[in-house]
Amino acid sequence: MSEAQAPLEAARSAAAGAAQFAGSDSRRYNYFEPKGRKATHYEDMTVDVQPDPSRYLLQDWIISFADGTPTYSQTWTKALSSDWHAFRAIDQEWERTHYQRQSTIVGMIAGAVENGRRAGVWKRFDQAWIKVLQNHLGAFKHAEFGLGTSTMHAQRYGYTQMINSAILTNSSYKLRFAQDLTLYLSELALDIPTLDLDAGKQHWLESPIWQPARRAVETIGGATDFLEQYFAVNAVFEPLVAELFRSGFVMQVAAAQNDFLTPTVVAAAEGDYQRNLANAVELFQLLAHDPQHGEHNQALLGGWLEQHGALAIAAAKSLQPIWSLPHVKTAQFNDALDNAIERTRTIASQIGLAASASLAA
Amino acid sequence: MSDGLTLNKITSQKGISVAEAARRIADLGWTPSYVQEAMTFPTDYKLSKSPRDPMKQVLRSYFPMQEEKDNRVYGALDAALRGDMFRNVEPRWIEWMKLFLAIIPFPEISAARSMSMLGRLAPGEELRTGFTMQMVDEFRHSTIQMNLKKWYMENYIDPSGFDITEAAFGRCYATTIGRQFAEGFLTGDAVTAANVYLQVVAETAFTNTLFVAMPSEAARNGDYALPTVFLSVQSDESRHIGNGHSLLMSVINDPDNHLLLERDLRYAFWQNHAIVDAAIGTIIEYGTANRDKHKESYAELWHRWIYEDYYRTYMLPLEKYGIKIHHDDIAAAWDRMVKKNYVHKIAQFFAVGWPVNFWRIEAQTDKDFEWFEHKYPGWYAEFGDFWRWYGKKSEPGETNMLFDQDNGYVYPHRCWSCLCPCVIREDFCCDEVDGEIYTYCSELCRWTHKVAFASEYEGRPTPAMGRFSGRRNWEEVYHNWDLAEAVKDLGFVRSDGRTLMPQPHLRFDDRRMWTLDHLGKHTIQSPMVLLREMSPADREKHIADYRAGFKIQPFPGH
Repeated sequence: MSEAQAPLEAARSAAAGAAQFAGSDSRRYNYFEPKGRKATHYEDMTVDVQPDPSRYLLQDWIISFADGTPTYSQTWTKALSSDWHAFRAIDQEWERTHYQRQSTIVGMIAGAVENGRRAGVWKRFDQAWIKVLQNHLGAFKHAEFGLGTSTMHAQRYGYTQMINSAILTNSSYKLRFAQDLTLYLSELALDIPTLDLDAGKQHWLESPIWQPARRAVETIGGATDFLEQYFAVNAVFEPLVAELFRSGFVMQVAAAQNDFLTPTVVAAAEGDYQRNLANAVELFQLLAHDPQHGEHNQALLGGWLEQHGALAIAAAKSLQPIWSLPHVKTAQFNDALDNAIERTRTIASQIGLAASASLAA
Repeated sequence: MSDGLTLNKITSQKGISVAEAARRIADLGWTPSYVQEAMTFPTDYKLSKSPRDPMKQVLRSYFPMQEEKDNRVYGALDAALRGDMFRNVEPRWIEWMKLFLAIIPFPEISAARSMSMLGRLAPGEELRTGFTMQMVDEFRHSTIQMNLKKWYMENYIDPSGFDITEAAFGRCYATTIGRQFAEGFLTGDAVTAANVYLQVVAETAFTNTLFVAMPSEAARNGDYALPTVFLSVQSDESRHIGNGHSLLMSVINDPDNHLLLERDLRYAFWQNHAIVDAAIGTIIEYGTANRDKHKESYAELWHRWIYEDYYRTYMLPLEKYGIKIHHDDIAAAWDRMVKKNYVHKIAQFFAVGWPVNFWRIEAQTDKDFEWFEHKYPGWYAEFGDFWRWYGKKSEPGETNMLFDQDNGYVYPHRCWSCLCPCVIREDFCCDEVDGEIYTYCSELCRWTHKVAFASEYEGRPTPAMGRFSGRRNWEEVYHNWDLAEAVKDLGFVRSDGRTLMPQPHLRFDDRRMWTLDHLGKHTIQSPMVLLREMSPADREKHIADYRAGFKIQPFPGH
């Protein structure tokens, strides 16, 4: 046996460490800079999966739209970045964590609703409250759906995998919650035959209380800039309208109407939003503090805050009559609105934006 | 406990049916009246009929199901390590996973992006949840595949090539065909890309060879991980096939769409065949160490999955809706597989280009020859000597096959349309588009570039149709580069700065591995650039010579 052949016989195993040779210990993805000292699992699963001609895409994008726009284009948002690849989602979501979290929420809601129904919770619901759930929680589910479809649309347009995946999971959370509400009301209707399941959509489409909210949601859906959609959802509509309704009304008022169940269902969306918000703030504060384009971006985001903020404030104020509907009044609309405005100002400040005139209560 | 009494019977209470749940969910949408929805990318198709959702998809049953599937996948990966899978796995197989898993996450995530387009274009909301699930599925597939690749990198004897995976994907001369595949899902006419190319053809026909045939071969090579991951992936695909078919049925409803459907089915079938069969056919036939003569060859698998399952039971029934199915295209693809040795010739191309890829390709041996001859009679006469030459030239310091004067191989032209090499020499063709000469592997690829990807199709304006763009010809990028300089530029050098990442063998020993010094002085040239520089007469002669093919020189002693 020659010397050259000897190691071949030794290396029968194909397991790590069975032989030492050049590159045999290179066991980390080495083509991107981790945000921290070591790459997280999320980064390994995510970074550079969507390629970029400015990094490794040697041959550039190889199919274009008829007007010459390539498969991905930085022109799909007016925001500018000196490094689109810098963003990392705060929630570090990849497929396994996403399913674990979504599945946990589904199980939590299913368990709560099942037990609540078995305990006959609906028998103790205040009658006026049942109407509120029917008409207004029923209307609100369409707002959640609108935010879900907008983010579903937006996840096509981001310039990196990190941005698009954060928007994708945002959409997944919103659409799940819209369905959670739909199915929760449908199951309540099994026990409360008078509960009209079509009334919510009718309110969403026709009630003056909900028309400004619908206008605000449709305006987000009509935006052609995907980051404007993502910004308007998380930095504007969620805190000013959605959270106002969920936390400022349902979560605070339900218990006093003998309803312990609805807050459990609605709480899931508050948890979702914390994560979506953290991701959005991280992205927009990066843009607002971009070394080359920070000023431009601040003006742009400020404009979006102004435009969508005005619509959202109008939507929020229009919801005021809902606070008067329950028999037992445990929350004041003005307090809730003040909290929502303060919350939105804090978000704007975290991003690095000056207070918007539209946020003057 | 009484007979027949179960926990479920005790605790169950009346709920809403799946059909009712799906109906309620579909009512979440509305037609905006204050501001119209932002349009997605354009299409030349007319969509007016709402697609149905026969599967009644609901998210609250989806997420727990997926979590359970994930638990099984990740549990199996742990079990594979405890069972010392890598002690017995075939390195020949795992090496090809460096290529396959570099490519596949991007097509997956591109499919997720496509759901944005379909969600906006499809009338009504009934199929919205189906598109949403598919969007999250594709996110699942992309990241679960990145995870599998990382797992190989951490546990397989030679991690080099896995460690630069996404960088390699963007650069390699072979992965370029995967990029064409993925960009085809989401660029150009939105329905052509996202529904016909992706859903109706890739998902419905070719995921079977990708995600069912591949895992079988992996298992034969001692790799239990890939089957675990990919059969889990494939279990999602049946829903995607359903989504695609539902939207197809709503598109087919309008006779105005039939001409475009006929065009897109031709383009999508042919290009999926050219790309998927090139990559997966080569991996299954040449990446395996298992030569069981009772197993199906790739051609036999193709006949089962593509011809019997897809063509006969999916494509043919479309004729009753008035869609012209080009039976001759399917026959031509089949001929390429069994009469024209498409896969075997592609495997040659991958092999001779080994210095500019990022995984190891070892020579086929006598044991392999016997199997190939059994499955593809006549194989040895055409390809046996090639692989003997390849084995000889795998020693460091030998002249690389590409530049070697002894063996007779002629590097192929690249097809401008599918980006695969034009390996079936007699089918090679050229054409002029916008005053420039292009090369194609086949008449249908010529048609795809010149006729299908244009602003007009058979007299009908098609303003939404995409265009081929970018530096599509990989060889042109490195035209007139020194080979070693190109390899350095690609980044396909190991951490010592001199040993090549790719190797033409499976010797895990520094003394027998190629370094930059072994490559010698050779210049890469693009056949297409050279063709364009020729005079018309020289070009005509070159094309005739090319079509005549080449003959591998007899290997000494055989």
